[in-house]
Amino acid sequence: MVAASPWLAWTILLAPLAAGVAIWLSYLPPISVGKPRNRLAAVLAIAALLTSFACTVALFVQALGGRLALPQELSVSWINLPGLHITFGILIDQFSLLMALVVTGVGSAIFIYATGYMAEERAFSRFFGVLSLFAFSMLTIVLADNWIQLFIGWELVGFSSYLLIGHWYEKPSAADAGKKAFMVNRVADFGFLLGILALWAISAADPAHRTFNFLALERTLPGLVSAGAVPAALLPMIGLLLFCGPVGKSAQFPLHVWLPDAMEGPTPVSALIHAATMVAAGVYVLCRSFWLFHDLPGVLIVIAWVGGTTAFLAACLALVENDLKRILAYSTLSQLGYMVMALGLGGQVAGMYHLTTHAFFKALLFLGAGSVIHGTHEQDIWKLGGLWHSMRATSATFLVGSLALCGLFPLSGFFSKDEILILAREHNLPLYILGTVTAGMTAFYTARLWFVAFTGKAHGHGHESPPVMTVPLVVLAALSVVAGFIGIPQFLGAHHGELHWDVVLTSSAVVAAGLALAWLVYRKKAVTAQQLVHALALPHSLLMRRYYIDDLYDWFVASVQQQLIARTCEWVEQHIIIELFVNGIAALTRALGGLIRLLQTGRIQTYALAFLVGVVWLLSTALRR
Amino acid sequence: MITLNHYLLASALLFAIGLMGIMTRRNVIMILLCIEIMFNAANLAFIAYARALGDLGGQIMVFFIIIVAAAEVTVGLAIAILLSRQLKTLNADEISFLKW
Repeated sequence: MVAASPWLAWTILLAPLAAGVAIWLSYLPPISVGKPRNRLAAVLAIAALLTSFACTVALFVQALGGRLALPQELSVSWINLPGLHITFGILIDQFSLLMALVVTGVGSAIFIYATGYMAEERAFSRFFGVLSLFAFSMLTIVLADNWIQLFIGWELVGFSSYLLIGHWYEKPSAADAGKKAFMVNRVADFGFLLGILALWAISAADPAHRTFNFLALERTLPGLVSAGAVPAALLPMIGLLLFCGPVGKSAQFPLHVWLPDAMEGPTPVSALIHAATMVAAGVYVLCRSFWLFHDLPGVLIVIAWVGGTTAFLAACLALVENDLKRILAYSTLSQLGYMVMALGLGGQVAGMYHLTTHAFFKALLFLGAGSVIHGTHEQDIWKLGGLWHSMRATSATFLVGSLALCGLFPLSGFFSKDEILILAREHNLPLYILGTVTAGMTAFYTARLWFVAFTGKAHGHGHESPPVMTVPLVVLAALSVVAGFIGIPQFLGAHHGELHWDVVLTSSAVVAAGLALAWLVYRKKAVTAQQLVHALALPHSLLMRRYYIDDLYDWFVASVQQQLIARTCEWVEQHIIIELFVNGIAALTRALGGLIRLLQTGRIQTYALAFLVGVVWLLSTALRR
Repeated sequence: MITLNHYLLASALLFAIGLMGIMTRRNVIMILLCIEIMFNAANLAFIAYARALGDLGGQIMVFFIIIVAAAEVTVGLAIAILLSRQLKTLNADEISFLKW
């Protein structure tokens, strides 16, 4: 058992930052040079992330061999004031190592892929600069050893996500999507920050020893609660406030609205940020602070239901969506719902497990979708078709990803999803039923996507993408296949539970049913999609309008905020503040000045007389003394 | 016999005449002249006291006043010349353009 090498640990965190800074500096006029700069940016970004990846692997191997004492932290003092001590550090434990491995590993594959996907892009180096910044921010969250550092990473991730969604900012929809993502996340982060500060406030009876540090909080807080130093009623409130952050970042209902719109960004961004890593940050934070939620059953129920509802409602939305990337976005929402539900049911390990496998197959699916878009310049699945004939490698890997998403044995999604369903079966029957139904729907919409876009008659000519794009696909496909067998739960410290045959068989049957149904409708055309829409007109229109949630927000922002609140504020500002106070004081001063001005006649005699009177008065008082 | 009081009375008369002139005359040059008269009223009082008290301080003060008065009248007359050139008038009542 040894301490981790500080060099390795800090390199993981700082290498992407160095690359990002170097790329941004290369924008400076003296250094910037035409086209080679493009290649340099990509090389820098990829090299840095691969370095991070290598360091993570080195630490991971040490940890696997049991040679690393876990958890351990390396930290430097950052702000040290009386009563406020903030460190900047790295916390290494099973969760952060696994998450860092996912971020840097999947990230590297996506970075490499992006060089192919973005090859024709004008703002190539800007893209890679922001990607590096994103990698650094994400690793800051993953490796943070205290809440403040985590929050900084959290906000940086939101910011780089904003930049990347709006990468093609000339397109109004992309610019709007970026703003929407940023603002929806701000709403959530407000609660999150309040939760962090509240947690800090109660972290020690003595104000001088308050702390943001994860390990210190975990050590001291339960003692304080049981000793009665902290009002126990405060904890559920803090738990719910902290949960606000993941609701926004992991796009749970009702703050999910930004994620589908975020598909306006370039596809590698969707794969990296809006599928594999950033949206998983919320789940990761819940894992990180799970000791807090563990003893709050009320909060856990809320979390579980939010997750379950998200999983179900998002899967419904995916059923009617026609945009290739948006289908994947809704399935991401749905899978994130599963993870949050797992956390809410007390399954820290199951949540992280599904996060990991999901990162593999969802990144794969998005990159596959990107490859399709690259080859055909089309995103509407009804205008695609027969891709199997023109894009073999993409189609094959996409199929692997789809089946993993459905949770078909023996692909990775099967294992992690069943872990969650088993958990639900044990703790909460309604959620178990909801989860199983969702699994069936997942199979249905995934198969729908596959049958409509990849089989059947080809429209137009697609061409296969270059190897720089297909090789990452193959790597991720391999990971999606084997991730169920490499013992991720065991690494996270779970004992090997026995197989629940009833759960496994039920979910497999439901998945098979979903697949079969989709095959009947979209391949065999026993019932056409048009007929289905007619038969289910009401739910269909509800889903097409996305439960009217966007309209509700629209109404709230446009009518309530703009018309009511903003106009009232504007009236107060115009009439009370500006008219009364600002202009009022000016008018008063001017009126007084006008009065005093009358003293100045401009006649020398008046002044001389005043002077005389003054002198006489002074002399008379002086002499009378 | 001319005593100190006579001198002081003459001085007070001169001062009053000067003051009256400032109050009533409208011509800038006349006002300057009246100021000179008031200076000399003060000078006369200084001299009278210097003689009566045997103190040379009063005479020294008079020299200072003559010098200051010379400087003052130089500036004053210069202003008067410029006024007559620019405004074509030396009537103090009409020179009120610096007023608000």
